[in-house]
Order: sequence, then structure tokens, then C-alpha cells
Amino acid sequence: MFNEEKPIFLQLAEQLEEGILSGAYPEEGQVPSITEYAANYKINPATALKGINLLVDRNLLYKKRGVGMFVAAGAQEKLLGERRERFYHDYIEKLVREARHLGLSAAQLSEMLERGIENVD
Amino acid sequence: MSIEIRNVTKQFGDTLALDHVSLTLEENKIYGLLGNNGAGKSTLLSIITDRQKATEGCVLVDGENVSGNDAALGKLFLVGEQNLFPDDMKVKRAFDTAQMFYPNFDRAYAEATAEKFGLNLKKKITALSTGYASIFRLILGLSVNTPYLFFDEPVLGLDAQHRDLFYRLLVEKYAENPCTIVISTHLIAEVANLIEHTIIIRTGRILKNLPTEELMADAFTVSGPAATVDAFTSGRHILTSSTLGGLKTACVQGVPEGELPVGLELSKINLQDYFISMMEEEDQK
Repeated sequence: MFNEEKPIFLQLAEQLEEGILSGAYPEEGQVPSITEYAANYKINPATALKGINLLVDRNLLYKKRGVGMFVAAGAQEKLLGERRERFYHDYIEKLVREARHLGLSAAQLSEMLERGIENVD
Repeated sequence: MSIEIRNVTKQFGDTLALDHVSLTLEENKIYGLLGNNGAGKSTLLSIITDRQKATEGCVLVDGENVSGNDAALGKLFLVGEQNLFPDDMKVKRAFDTAQMFYPNFDRAYAEATAEKFGLNLKKKITALSTGYASIFRLILGLSVNTPYLFFDEPVLGLDAQHRDLFYRLLVEKYAENPCTIVISTHLIAEVANLIEHTIIIRTGRILKNLPTEELMADAFTVSGPAATVDAFTSGRHILTSSTLGGLKTACVQGVPEGELPVGLELSKINLQDYFISMMEEEDQK
């Protein structure tokens, strides 16, 4: 479930983000508890708490005392905005670098992009 | 609230099984006790739980010497390889007995857990298969609710599904009702993300004793063309290295410094690989 590239708590936070983005964890819906996460992934509950707190700190999740953790209203939109902002850095920069590495010209790259936009489902 | 192991030495004939071991086990933490066969893990756990006497030194449980002290012993439970119940006792009766000795033993939980594992309560303990004998002892451990729990090779003889179930129940138990847990195991990968603190023991001595996160931050793996790897790691403490054709992979102690040369790839090391590297390095000494 987890790889060794990043600390577990970061990977857990990313999974939670993905769940919110995809709608698996809808806004105002409850997310699994620390115990459920820890037991499910066999990780220390302190690690699970650290991961979840990353989203609490960004106001993507909020705590209802005695009930559990819930997805904040507007969390999906907020995440979407963040991902769009990071898109250039995360994808475009890498794409251009790799294209250069392979000796593709700007025209060839643009042509490929257009082909991708037309053909990818 | 803690267990203090003070300068414990254990001698068997001319063999020094434990050599002046000092450790503190803090409240509500999960510890991993790692070491090769014969390192002294089981002996240490036996001494902590007063099943064996130390040749020298002592163990204090919440400030009280554990030796012959029933009140202190009531706070500890060791899940080991031995069966401590009479041969012809049935599982159900063993639960009754456990309830007598451990007032916080959760009978309903024990029975529900037995059902999850498919353990037959009517069977005699000695008639259980190796796997189910282990499962029976694990269930006792999960149900006693003592503030200190010790597991010596807990998943020995368990199949993958039962191992998974055990870890899941253990984490659940701990998350809902924290206690101090010490797990001694060879299956390091299975507990690597569970143990907050790592204790590595070798030939009766403590080799490492620190938070797992700190331990893991202190080593990395670098791989790439042999010459480039050699240049990058020159003057550094290399734990182990291997080459495959022209490709070299080195496991290095410390944190990577400076710009990473082109062609090299850096990765984190996992606990099991780190442990093996450390042991191999010690073997060279």
C-alpha cells in the first residue's frame, strides 16, 4: 500500500486528498477514524494522526468532538485549485525536460500534445 | 510509569547471553526488539517478566523490583513460545484461569477474537496445531489488558491471513487502549511502520536504541554507475555495497550532502534492509 519514497504520514495524507478529490469522501461526510486507518494499514496510530492532521491544518478536514473527523465544505474545490496551480510544476516542467532529453522539437511536442488532447479518453 | 532495565547481565555457563543491558520502556509506546537468532531477545523478555533470574542487575516496573513481586508481575504479560497451562486444559478453561490472574482480562473480547481466528474453545491446548497454539497465546495477550505487553516472535507458525488479522487487532487494541508493547520479531518488514521505537540487540548488547524515525533518517541508499557512486560516497561510512555489472548500490550511514551528481539515484532505506546492513557490517568486525 505504501512505498519507501516518502514518509508514511505524507502518503496517507495524499490518499485522503485523493479520496476527497474523487468524491469517495464527500464534503460534510465522515472519514475513517485514526484507529481504522492505523489498523487497516498496520501503522502506528501516531503516524495516522500525523497524516490526518496535515489535512486538518489546511482546513480540509475538521473535527467534531466525540464524533470524528469530517470533510470540510469546499474542500474538493480547494484541492482542485491547489492541484491546478501545481500542474505546471508537477507535469509541464517534467514534460518539457523529458522532451528535450529525447531531442523532440517544440513543434513535435505541440503536435503530440494536440494528438493527446484529441485521442486520450 | 515505565520499566527500567538496569545493568542486566545473564550468564549461562560460559555464555554471556546478556551483557550489562540498560533500557527504559516508556508508557504507551510500541517498541520493536530486533536481533538475530541468539542475540538475547528472548532471554531479555524472560528476565523482564521474571520467568528467568538475571545473573546481575535488576528490572524495575513502575519503580518496583519485579523479582518475585506479584503486584509488579500483574502489570506484565509475555506472549512467548511456551504454554504455561496444564496439558489437559481446554481453551475455555484457560480463559477462566487467565481471568483469575488478570482482573482486567476481557472474556467477551477473548471469545469474539477466538471466533475471528477460528479457534475452537472446546479443544485441549495441547491438541492445538502449532499455528493455533500461537493464536491461543496471542488472544490471551490481546485480552489481558495489562499496561505492559510483550510479544516474543508473535506470528511464528501463523499463515499470512492470520498474521494480518493479528497486526490489525493489535493496532486496534493499542489505538483504543494504549499500553506499552514490545514486539520481538524476525519479520521486520511487517512491523516496521508499527514500532515507534527500535531496539537492536546483538550478542547480548544493545546496539541501537532510538525512535524508529531517527534511525531511518540516518541512512540512505545511492545507486548508479560504480565510479560515480564511489566518488559520491568517498570518505563516508558505507554500511554495505553491491555491484551488478557496472551498476553499484551503496547503503550509506548519515544524511546525503551536497549536490547529487547526474546519473545517481537516491532512495530511503527500509528498516529490514538497514538492519541487515548493520548486521553484515558487525559481522565484518
